[in-house]
Amino acid sequence: MANPIDPIHQFRLHDIAGPWNIAGYEISFTNSSLFMGIIVAFVTLFLLASAARGALVPGRLQSVGEIWYEFIHNMVRNVLGNEGKAFFPLVFTIFSFVLVANMLGMFPYFFTVTSHVVVTATLAVFVILLVVAVGIARHGLGWFKLFVPSGVPMAILPFISLIEVISFLSRPVSLGLRLFGNMLAGHIVLKVFAGFVVLLASMGIGGIIGSIAPLGMAVALTALEFLVAFLQAFVFAILTCVYLNDALHTHH
Amino acid sequence: MSQSTLVVAQASTTEVPAPAPAQGGAAPATTEGTGAEGGHGGFPPMDAHSFPSQIFWLVIFFALLYLLMSKVALPRMETVLKNRHKAIESDLSKASALKRETEAAIQHYEKSLADARANAQGIATETRAKVAAEIETERSALEKTLSAKLAEADSRISATKAKAMQDVNEVAAETAAEIVSALTGATVSKEQAAKAIAGLKG
Repeated sequence: MANPIDPIHQFRLHDIAGPWNIAGYEISFTNSSLFMGIIVAFVTLFLLASAARGALVPGRLQSVGEIWYEFIHNMVRNVLGNEGKAFFPLVFTIFSFVLVANMLGMFPYFFTVTSHVVVTATLAVFVILLVVAVGIARHGLGWFKLFVPSGVPMAILPFISLIEVISFLSRPVSLGLRLFGNMLAGHIVLKVFAGFVVLLASMGIGGIIGSIAPLGMAVALTALEFLVAFLQAFVFAILTCVYLNDALHTHH
Repeated sequence: MSQSTLVVAQASTTEVPAPAPAQGGAAPATTEGTGAEGGHGGFPPMDAHSFPSQIFWLVIFFALLYLLMSKVALPRMETVLKNRHKAIESDLSKASALKRETEAAIQHYEKSLADARANAQGIATETRAKVAAEIETERSALEKTLSAKLAEADSRISATKAKAMQDVNEVAAETAAEIVSALTGATVSKEQAAKAIAGLKG
């Protein structure tokens, strides 16, 4: 608590309950866990409230819930086709979790769950393992032909396959790091500019006038961060769909 | 089927990234608390000590959210949307049925209008023909009486004329007899005079 405008402070975890251990691993209930719980509660209560009246002509709350639902529904149907129906709840869960995590992070003093690389990496690894599982369940071991493109000369086939494997393995890395990097960098930059405002304003009348520039920047960045928060959730969801599409419709 | 693969995959996520903290070294030895209050100094998002806790709670809450979404929230949303879709569809079909009914009524109306018009036209022609026929019979009847009257008048005129001619002959005979007697003193009978006149005329 030494420096109140330390831009890293917002990412610190602290135990709320615990410390608990399972098999030697620390699994305390932290502020991150608390916000995960808040995300689940918010998404669930919002959608239940939205669907509660079930009016023929939707009100505002119901409209937002329906737009939310149809946005992901259309995405899944457009990318995965009719077979993708089974994955709709999963893609919806991923999108909603990431979206609400990002949006809650925009509130001051709130913790941003997705600003920790382990969270985004776990989600990304889960998506890729699911893609592999679905691919093998659908096409058997023949699914691994994905890495052996047809019509390539024998001489360079091992090389091409190696590249294919690397490109496949880099998917979870890029998927997880993209979300993590965006959320982390956005929050640090926002905090740095907001810190400038406080620093300059404490330097007297000239500083107060001088702090107008970083204040304007902080306001503009806040708007940008809301866009990024939505966009990254969207990107995460649509990439999940695209990767699942590879598992469902493998073309040899 | 995909439901079961989901669960399998979900379960496996807990195992796969788990080795990360093992590389992080003697983390479990210090049971100090996750990312402990700035104690470790390092960059919190990269602090491997907090990984097990975050993964553990992420899996729990993500699975919970998935269950709530797939079993409760999304089916309800789907019901609402489906009901709306059905209501709109039935309204549309009702509207199109009504429209068809209206069109049939209009067609029926137009047909009866055309019928009435044709009917009226028929009556008009019929009446016109009847009136014309009546006029014709009356005219011919009138013509007949008129021509009859004309013929009668003609015959009367010719009778009168004949009679008048006869009277003229008689007067001429009488006058001739009187003239003869006055001139010659001979008495000439009426018949002789008449004969003589007839001979003149011949």
